[in-house]
Amino acid sequence: MVFSPETTRPLRDLVEVLLRAPNNTLTPAEREMIATYVSSQNDCYYCRHCHGAAAAEHLGGNYALIEDLQRNYRAVPISDKLKALLAIAGEVQKGGKLVTTEDVEVVRRHGATDKEIHATVLIAAAFCMFNRYVDGLATWQPRDPGVYREIGQRIANHGYNATGWELPVQVAKEASQD
Amino acid sequence: MAHIKLAEGIPGILGLMAFRPETAKPLNALADVLLRGPNSLSPGDREMIATYVSSQNDCYFCQGVHGAVAAHHWGGNEKLIDEIKRNFESSPISDKLKSLLAIAGQVQKGGKHVTADDVERARKHGATDKEIHDTVLIAAAFCMYNRYVDGLATWAPEGFPEVYRQSGKRLAEQGYISSTDGLPASTGG
Repeated sequence: MVFSPETTRPLRDLVEVLLRAPNNTLTPAEREMIATYVSSQNDCYYCRHCHGAAAAEHLGGNYALIEDLQRNYRAVPISDKLKALLAIAGEVQKGGKLVTTEDVEVVRRHGATDKEIHATVLIAAAFCMFNRYVDGLATWQPRDPGVYREIGQRIANHGYNATGWELPVQVAKEASQD
Repeated sequence: MAHIKLAEGIPGILGLMAFRPETAKPLNALADVLLRGPNSLSPGDREMIATYVSSQNDCYFCQGVHGAVAAHHWGGNEKLIDEIKRNFESSPISDKLKSLLAIAGQVQKGGKHVTADDVERARKHGATDKEIHDTVLIAAAFCMYNRYVDGLATWAPEGFPEVYRQSGKRLAEQGYISSTDGLPASTGG
């Protein structure tokens, strides 16, 4: 994003409206859970840990729940509606046409609205973009969990447009000087 | 039928953008900067990358619209766009563009499919860092747009190439930013 500031602006605006905008009956925690789940399915280390941390921080630091969710969301203590939305997100991750009317019926039975279904599909689709962007250019991705905790806290408290990228850039600079 | 209630008769991504204008805004801004912003890759080349990825993702609407925009930029050469979708390696385009389409094809499968060899091939044919970056991001973005359009089972007109030709001309000339202004708001739960 530092390399290409002109594309960064709409990407940040998109992720901010998708994951934090208030006009949404899915909580920021739920939306970050969808993002981190899709990122784990796409095996994108950076995105999975950034958004996993953001989700955990929204839940008061519940990192264990997020780890369990990435492994098997059906077995974690989240609502049936969210489980059904994660199932749809999982289909989108494989391909848009894999979302069936049956998937949508299940999610409606658990109370999901059109806006929530729309949000889920678009978040999942967007993370199929972000994951490919990050991994397609083989970006350097820190392995220190403390870095992701810090990123997660910044996202949860300040959002994407206010979040500076100074920390990962600084960590990268220090690591390359070692 | 779409998975959610959209305004009738509005195809593909347009219906979704009418449904949620707040997400339409950054989606249109992204498309505009990616496909039309100042760049050493021409808009025609970039729309070709978008069309190719959309055809690999089997997204009828996106490949139709962006194929039409690409054809418009390439002087109406729809045959070239069809050839590229079928087999770009044997089409009459530059080696550089072929190497960038190869990278785009890898991104479509997954980010980690892009290898150092793919990048070296592009560099050998004169691609810059920025061109490689933009190719990856365009391909990644269309993996989003295609999933968005198909994941909600939006309607796309079939058998009406003139509809796509007109959209292609309009988008090529006027861009994406205001492309969904004035669409009727739809009702939805």
